[in-house]
Amino acid sequence: MTPIAITFLILSILIVWGGLVASAIFLRRRPEPDTFPEGAADDHREDDAPIEHDT
Amino acid sequence: MARTDSAPAAKSHAAPREEWTGQIGFILSAIGSAVGLGNIWRFPGVAYENGGGAFLIPYLVALLTAGIPILFLDYAIGHRFRGAAPTAFRRLGGRLGRWMESLGWFQAMIAFVIGLYYTVVIAWALSFFVFSFDLRWGDDPAAFFTGDYLQVGEPGFSLDFVPGVLIPLAIVWVLAIVVLAAGVAKGLQRTNVIALPVLLVAFTVLVVRALFLDGAGEGLTALFTPEWSALADPNVWIAAYGQIFFSLSIAFGIMITYASYRRRRSNLTTPGLVVAFSNSSFEILAGIGVFATLGFFAFQQGVAVDELEGLTGVGLSFMTFPAIVSQMPGGPIFGCLFFGSLALAGFTSLVSVLQVVSAAVQEKFGITRRAAAIGVGGVSAVLSVLIFSTTTGLLALDVVDQWANNVGIVASAVLTTVLVVWVARKGPELRYHLNTLSTFRVGNIWVILVGVLGPVVLGYMLISKIVSLIVEGYGGLPAWYLGVFGWGTVALLVVGAVLVTVVPWRRSPDDFTPWPPYPPASDERTPASQKGVRS
Repeated sequence: MTPIAITFLILSILIVWGGLVASAIFLRRRPEPDTFPEGAADDHREDDAPIEHDT
Repeated sequence: MARTDSAPAAKSHAAPREEWTGQIGFILSAIGSAVGLGNIWRFPGVAYENGGGAFLIPYLVALLTAGIPILFLDYAIGHRFRGAAPTAFRRLGGRLGRWMESLGWFQAMIAFVIGLYYTVVIAWALSFFVFSFDLRWGDDPAAFFTGDYLQVGEPGFSLDFVPGVLIPLAIVWVLAIVVLAAGVAKGLQRTNVIALPVLLVAFTVLVVRALFLDGAGEGLTALFTPEWSALADPNVWIAAYGQIFFSLSIAFGIMITYASYRRRRSNLTTPGLVVAFSNSSFEILAGIGVFATLGFFAFQQGVAVDELEGLTGVGLSFMTFPAIVSQMPGGPIFGCLFFGSLALAGFTSLVSVLQVVSAAVQEKFGITRRAAAIGVGGVSAVLSVLIFSTTTGLLALDVVDQWANNVGIVASAVLTTVLVVWVARKGPELRYHLNTLSTFRVGNIWVILVGVLGPVVLGYMLISKIVSLIVEGYGGLPAWYLGVFGWGTVALLVVGAVLVTVVPWRRSPDDFTPWPPYPPASDERTPASQKGVRS
């Protein structure tokens, strides 16, 4: 391989895979906002009864 | 349906909406949808033909200015208006709801048509997975593929079924219907949670093997050497936007549908970044694997990489790759890895395409997911077999794919961005939705990218493609054939969308209040730590 091709191979990997790693780390550190607006209690996983997957 | 805070789900008349079991399940499923055949057989060739290493620049610009913004748009529409594309657009449209619903059905029709032939390519991959064991394609894989295997005839419509295609095609349809019927969590998510890691491992093994072949370095040099003059060519930039656009599964209902199965309090943009970069990461991996392998092939032939033909699409996968496998030590294992990866990547995308149609039908006609899976899957399977498992299947597939993608999906994207941002004027509301629920916040620039840059670039792509298809035709095929299978496909999308919109809803989707309210009534917010506590 030529040096210029190796450079661009490494650049591509660093930028694109680096973007993946960075976004994954960001998601892990900030999985959700600190506060939510009121409401949105239709999350059935938070209900007393088990969720139904029958729609 | 909107539900009041005090109404327990168990007492509600409305059945709860299906959900992913969590964020990881959604992310894996969305990646499974985005990573498809195009990542493996389209990206490497497109990058090579459009500037090699220099293509990285327009590719990244397209990813950041169009791919990710339109992905966020799909997420915001599906999540805020909690429905498949027709339901979500109808709710988004308000007074214009009826018209906007047609756009949703246009997208569902595109997904329906794509499902018909996407299954066929997966069926071919399954056949070639089996053929890899004894290298059944012999010395002339191109002749084997079109002659012995597909038995390609003259352009037309034939009912001469090809059993070699029919049997794996039937298997793919049965599997797809089973997955759809099992539902979002137990069907689609489970499929992706199993298939995606298997795909990643298999494809990584393939890439590592390819890197140690003679000539691999020459292949990578061909792919990554930058050709700077390409950056001055507008067609290279259009190719980059096209690759990003077609690769991310955006603008034809998939991500709207998938986002609608997320619970209300869900981070949208940050997982979206993970999905978008995962998709591109797989493309880079595929580029390395495919061009290392092509380098080996050129080395074997004693030619330069730029003299090779069949570097993309069906030609690359079913003609060039089998020829390479035949010449390689341990070829059968390499062939199994390649065609197995192709089938897995295709199948995880296929189920997302079919779910667009299934979800839309469930909501409009008030039927269960099992009924929709069998109904939609059954009708699709019959049409798919009739059109694409015959001796004329390859030609029909090529033409329908060309029009459904380059005209159908691109028109859908232009219509979506223009109607949502300029006609319904929902840009600020959707931005508020994303920012209120997500940890990666988008600025006004997002609305500008979606509302201005998106329609301009995609509109240019659409018009230039239509002009080229009208003036130059396609593939040297007769005009009547392109009229029936090409423009006929577009007519089917439009007429189908209008007709289904006219049918009355079993249960009106209009009794719906989006959450969070917009414009926000007050600054009253609930700490995330109390989100499980009912107010």
